[in-house]
Amino acid sequence: MQKFEYTVKDEVGIHARPAGLLVKEAKKFQSKVMITKEGKSADASKLMAVMGLGVKCGQTVEVSVEGDDEAEAFEAMKSFFETNL
Amino acid sequence: MLKLSGKAVYKGIAMGPVAVLKKDDQQVKRTKVTDADAELARVGKAGEKARMQLQALYDKAVKEVGEASAAIFEVHQMMLEDDDYLESIHNMIRTEMVNAEYAVAVTGDNFSEMFASMDDDYMKARSADVKDISNRLVRNLMGQEDMDFTSMEPSVIVADDLSPSETVQMDKSKILAFVTVHGSTNSHTSILARMMNIPALIGVPLDLNEISTGTKVVVDGFKGEVIFDPSEEVCAETEKAMKEEEEKLQLLHTLKGKENVTLDGHKVNIYANIGGVGDVGYVLENDAGGIGLFRSEFLYLGRNDFPTEEEQFQAYRQVVQTMAGKKVIIRTLDIGADKQVDYFNLGQEDNPALGYRAIRICLKQPDIFKTQLRALLRAAMFGNLSIMYPMITSTEEVKKIYAIVDEVKAELDESQIPYKVPEQGIMIETPASVMVSDELAELVDFFSVGTNDLTQYTLAIDRQNEKLDDFYNPHHKAILRMIRMAAENAHKCGKWIGICGELGADTELTEEFLRMGIDELSVSPSMVLKVRKAVREAKIDK
Repeated sequence: MQKFEYTVKDEVGIHARPAGLLVKEAKKFQSKVMITKEGKSADASKLMAVMGLGVKCGQTVEVSVEGDDEAEAFEAMKSFFETNL
Repeated sequence: MLKLSGKAVYKGIAMGPVAVLKKDDQQVKRTKVTDADAELARVGKAGEKARMQLQALYDKAVKEVGEASAAIFEVHQMMLEDDDYLESIHNMIRTEMVNAEYAVAVTGDNFSEMFASMDDDYMKARSADVKDISNRLVRNLMGQEDMDFTSMEPSVIVADDLSPSETVQMDKSKILAFVTVHGSTNSHTSILARMMNIPALIGVPLDLNEISTGTKVVVDGFKGEVIFDPSEEVCAETEKAMKEEEEKLQLLHTLKGKENVTLDGHKVNIYANIGGVGDVGYVLENDAGGIGLFRSEFLYLGRNDFPTEEEQFQAYRQVVQTMAGKKVIIRTLDIGADKQVDYFNLGQEDNPALGYRAIRICLKQPDIFKTQLRALLRAAMFGNLSIMYPMITSTEEVKKIYAIVDEVKAELDESQIPYKVPEQGIMIETPASVMVSDELAELVDFFSVGTNDLTQYTLAIDRQNEKLDDFYNPHHKAILRMIRMAAENAHKCGKWIGICGELGADTELTEEFLRMGIDELSVSPSMVLKVRKAVREAKIDK
């Protein structure tokens, strides 16, 4: 398993549209991508669960990736967060 | 005639016939099924149809309101494909052997409940999106069609609530205004109404059964009013207001992006006065060069306890960031007199205007003041922020303020919280401050004249007393001499001076103010372009 931490810079947090794009990105990989905020976790391939975390600007999330293509997925998720959130 | 109030999400005026939009209550009944697979297949088919409908709505919205606002329909499509959502529907059908409509309706309620209970206004508003997609699925399952608006004549849409898909489906040329009983300013319907420049009122307490389609109605987004069956007088007034609004829009087109410069080349800054984070959009829309007076009272009003440092910091930071480098002058707490707040426990006063208010509260109860100062100093890191202190009468008060600012700095240093001490200025709104403005100018970075209070104190006229209207002359020589004196003293020390009271927007005086050397005029957002027009027609050198 590989993981990284990210502090959200987008003013409105992980709101509907970026959450949608995030899910699209996560679904490209076989690895399971999990997002954790303050002990609550959500599967990154599930839109409503991700939105349900209610991640706001300035909050830090942990993103973990586990599976066959985790190296690839790790890089993709990291660059997704950095460019979109 | 029936007059009701609501919250305006787009300021504009409209008049026309009502079209009442009653949703056929989707009476979803729970029935037992024997073939779960057949029900699941129905869900799949309804979902497929929904995706096509949403794609069509997306395409329509892109054309009408742009890609950013249309994105909500893309999100709706993704919500429809959400694993948890679909799983919940499938599980209900399989384990409870219920009909698809019921499974969708219950699942939709559960998920929208989840969003409604979140502590974030934006996410709360998303519960409407979940309801929207669930209703769409149920409609498709029942074989109902989307509402048809094509044969409608241009109307004011009156509804309980509108979903984003309903809003976009309507033909823009046929909507004069929206009036809804429910809805939030954060909802996509509100956002779309603003994008489409359609007057819209939400939270209007009306009974749809009492309004019939075809009734004449006036919607006034400026006053936040809707008037059914208006009198002839109201109609005439509305027509006049609509014409003025039209002219203002024309002005906007011709003056936007132009400089605030007189015929003979003198420049002045024109900023806007606002009273809340939500007004920032109007500031930018009207092309103001900055915010000359940001009343911080909104953070304290309408609640039961003091706002926290974090709440204040977030609000200030959001404004300075949105203004992206343009000046934002935030006035510290100005409670008291005509603005009372219960939890301050200020008590009754015989003469509140001459009483315990504004900076006096801050100096007597420094804890309240310090919380605000900490938030301001922290927010100053994020943009071009200035602090302005109200109701100053002496240099001693300014020195006391600076001592408190020093304490706040020391505390922030100790906790290693990043901050910046921004430009600090004072309101000139008491005759005393004018008389000692030479000494005050040495201490502060700028002056801003609050003409409303300055007039009240100088002319000894209570602003709230209607009987005195005949004596109230805002153009009184005494006031103009005071402003001139403050301006001269500011400039002697190399400081700048602005006017943020109502007089600043008085275009009869614009030329005179410019002759006095006033550096900035801060007016309500809707007056910015009018004042710009007056400046561009003025000639200063004789």
